[in-house]
Amino acid sequence: MVQRSQQEITDTPWPLRMANAGRMARDPRLQAFYQADWPAAETPIREVPMVAVDFETTGLDPDKHSIVSIGLVPFTSQRIQCAQSRHWVVRPKLPLRQDSVTIHGITHSDIDNAPDLDDILGDVLEALAGRIVVVHYRQIERPFLDVALRWRLQEGITFPVIDTMAIEAHLHPNRTPNWWKKLLGQQPVSIRLADSRGRYHLPHYAPHHALTDALATAELLQAQLQHHFTPETPIRDLWL
Amino acid sequence: MQAELIEIRNHLIQYPPFDEMEDDLVDEVVSHIEVAYYRAGSPIAQFGDPSNHLFYIRSGAVEIYRRSGELYNRLSEGEFFGQFGLMMNKTVRFPAQALEDTLLYLIPAEVFQKLWETDETFADFVEIEDQTRLRTAISRREKGNDLMTAKVTRLIGRKPVIASTTIRLQEAARIMTEEGVSSLVLMDETATPPKMTGIITDRDLRTRALTEALPSETPISDIMSTGLITIRSSAYIFEAMLLMLHNNVHHLPVMDKYQEEPRGVISLADVIKYESQSSVFLVSNIFHQQTVKGLKRVSKDVRDSFVRMVNEDANSHMIGSAMAGIGRSFTQRLLELGEEQLGPPPVPYCFMALGSMARDEQLVVTDQDNAMILDDSFDPEQHDDYFLALARFVSDGLATCGYSYCTGDIMATNKKWRQPLRVWKEYFTDWIDNPKAEALLNSNIFFDLDGIYGATEMAETLKTLVASKASQSQRFLAFLAKNALNRTPPLGFFRTFVMEQDGKQNNTFNLKRRGTAPISDLIRVHALACGSKAQNSFERLRAIADTKLLPDGSAENLRDALEFIAIVRIRHQALAIEDGRDPDNNVRPEDLSPFERSHLKDAFQVVSSAQKFLRYRYNAPAGRHLQ
Repeated sequence: MVQRSQQEITDTPWPLRMANAGRMARDPRLQAFYQADWPAAETPIREVPMVAVDFETTGLDPDKHSIVSIGLVPFTSQRIQCAQSRHWVVRPKLPLRQDSVTIHGITHSDIDNAPDLDDILGDVLEALAGRIVVVHYRQIERPFLDVALRWRLQEGITFPVIDTMAIEAHLHPNRTPNWWKKLLGQQPVSIRLADSRGRYHLPHYAPHHALTDALATAELLQAQLQHHFTPETPIRDLWL
Repeated sequence: MQAELIEIRNHLIQYPPFDEMEDDLVDEVVSHIEVAYYRAGSPIAQFGDPSNHLFYIRSGAVEIYRRSGELYNRLSEGEFFGQFGLMMNKTVRFPAQALEDTLLYLIPAEVFQKLWETDETFADFVEIEDQTRLRTAISRREKGNDLMTAKVTRLIGRKPVIASTTIRLQEAARIMTEEGVSSLVLMDETATPPKMTGIITDRDLRTRALTEALPSETPISDIMSTGLITIRSSAYIFEAMLLMLHNNVHHLPVMDKYQEEPRGVISLADVIKYESQSSVFLVSNIFHQQTVKGLKRVSKDVRDSFVRMVNEDANSHMIGSAMAGIGRSFTQRLLELGEEQLGPPPVPYCFMALGSMARDEQLVVTDQDNAMILDDSFDPEQHDDYFLALARFVSDGLATCGYSYCTGDIMATNKKWRQPLRVWKEYFTDWIDNPKAEALLNSNIFFDLDGIYGATEMAETLKTLVASKASQSQRFLAFLAKNALNRTPPLGFFRTFVMEQDGKQNNTFNLKRRGTAPISDLIRVHALACGSKAQNSFERLRAIADTKLLPDGSAENLRDALEFIAIVRIRHQALAIEDGRDPDNNVRPEDLSPFERSHLKDAFQVVSSAQKFLRYRYNAPAGRHLQ
């Protein structure tokens, strides 16, 4: 079994961790990734280049399941640039399960012609380099990519992420009402992507398409920043 | 793999102008879109900012302001803004602010520029002036209609059959039979050049010659129709139809310019062949009825005829004139029946239509507005019993046929409006020379008048009097203008509401009171100011355009605005009839199509600026805002 990365356990600041990882990296694509111009911890959020990322996978466990598609949308706190958005379908190492097909709509024939992640890794890493990755629920994209690279390159990857779900979780610490509040009719607060967006009056998007979900996540972060933070909020308060 | 932003694409293609755009172009737009979220209350664009994007509202709501800070527009999902800045000087002209949490799709200037240059529909849609957009909308509607675009010359099958006015009855009948025509044009050949003086038709032969058993040697000049109504060869078929409707004639000589001899004669049958279920047909049916009961039966077809014209994409002028023609015919036939019952009138009189019927702008929801001008030899003691009885007969008959009594009592049954010509002259002179806002408000309707029966020259006398006096009295025009400002158009729509100028929102609005009426009111003021005798708003506009009274282009804009609002109102009523509901003038924004909403908004803007001009031009004090 591949060793899971321990990145969230340490409290070493991100710039230092990135510098260390860069020194250890052997694959030239990874070296280039770490050597990109990364924002300093004090950089105000309005100046931070970001990229919303979403993976569709065959399941939830990075050790047992594979990535089937990748969507990414570069953006800033002011603008989302669709012109630079990217979407790839990749061939999973492990066979597609029928129940996951029904979720993300990617079929066997789609992936038969699809490249292996290794073939497009250079493009993916180039799109992420120097940009803070934004995801909704951080236990998917970073761990899946890390494991996928360990399988292929025998070295993992680490980078800071902003987790829009974690922001929602922080805003709604008591999401599940107790029996008394339930009796009074209080509903639990959902921090799923679609429900979170609804609280900011963002439109409903059909879920489970990697590019749409990435766009939905980018919009959600813009909304969260406008409602709960200031343009001067330093990136260190937000990345995990 | 090509990035596919399905959600953005699917939303755009639901709304104009993207709904009609080529797929490739939409893909290009989508791939260049930028997205931005604005929290409620935050500014989106400030005056003078560089203008780099067209803003499309994906969700939420945005308020657009004038530089003065006055609310200009309120927009929601699927609408866009920022086109003026992009097309003009590349800086923001109308500041925008998020009214609610709003998600915008931004189309970059380069993409906008490309669309504007290559896609005609898109260019039409965002074009500099709203008025231009309105005009395109109207011309598109009318494109499909044959009656609107075909000239009368198309109906001419052969050269007219012509004879001299000196021939006898038998000779006329022989020529018509041999030639197989239903009409014979009669020329006075003693004149130089020979002059067309009359026409005789199959129907004339039946009703005037045979039923009277006239000798075959009767000179044709004794029974021919004179005072001919003709139509110019450049006219459209619908104009021929209107002319037949208005005058209840079945044959029209078609005249070339500067020619004495007609190019051909077109008949009712020709027009009916062209438009089989013509309202002309209904009119001739009205004149065949012998009783009020019979008229009531025919009146049930009026709404069908209206709906048919709407479905055939007739324009508002055609429909308004046709409905007025039908109303006029009911009135005329009732007067004929009344005279049969009460005997011939003791002194000459003229029956007048007022308001929408006089303007040829009648629709299906209408009450009767009429009056009588009596000859100056009228003696109330001796004659008024007769005229009151006749007026009652007509008024009751009209009510039976669906033209409800006038709530303001502007009917010939009211003694005040059943007066000799000399009294009418005094009325008009007083209204014009001693104008009072309140009194004029009630007499407004008398400035749209049309003699429809009897000694119609008396009505002409009044029209001439008004045309010559009104233009001379600035005070009268100022009061009339003030009254014309009482009813204002709404600003536009916002979701399911009608937006008012003050930001208030209503659920419905009255398309007559807030739309067509303010326009015909202000057109009337200008028309009287330039001494025009025309009554129809479109004809008045033509007369106004010939003078330099209005700024360039204003008359055309008003015409387009009136046509569009009128046609939306007409369609609204036709839909109600088809659904088996009672037609009215109250419209809910959700009943309007996106096309109607956006162009109505443009039309309201035209009315609003025309009202501003009216106030300034006639120095009218600000009006009360009635709704």
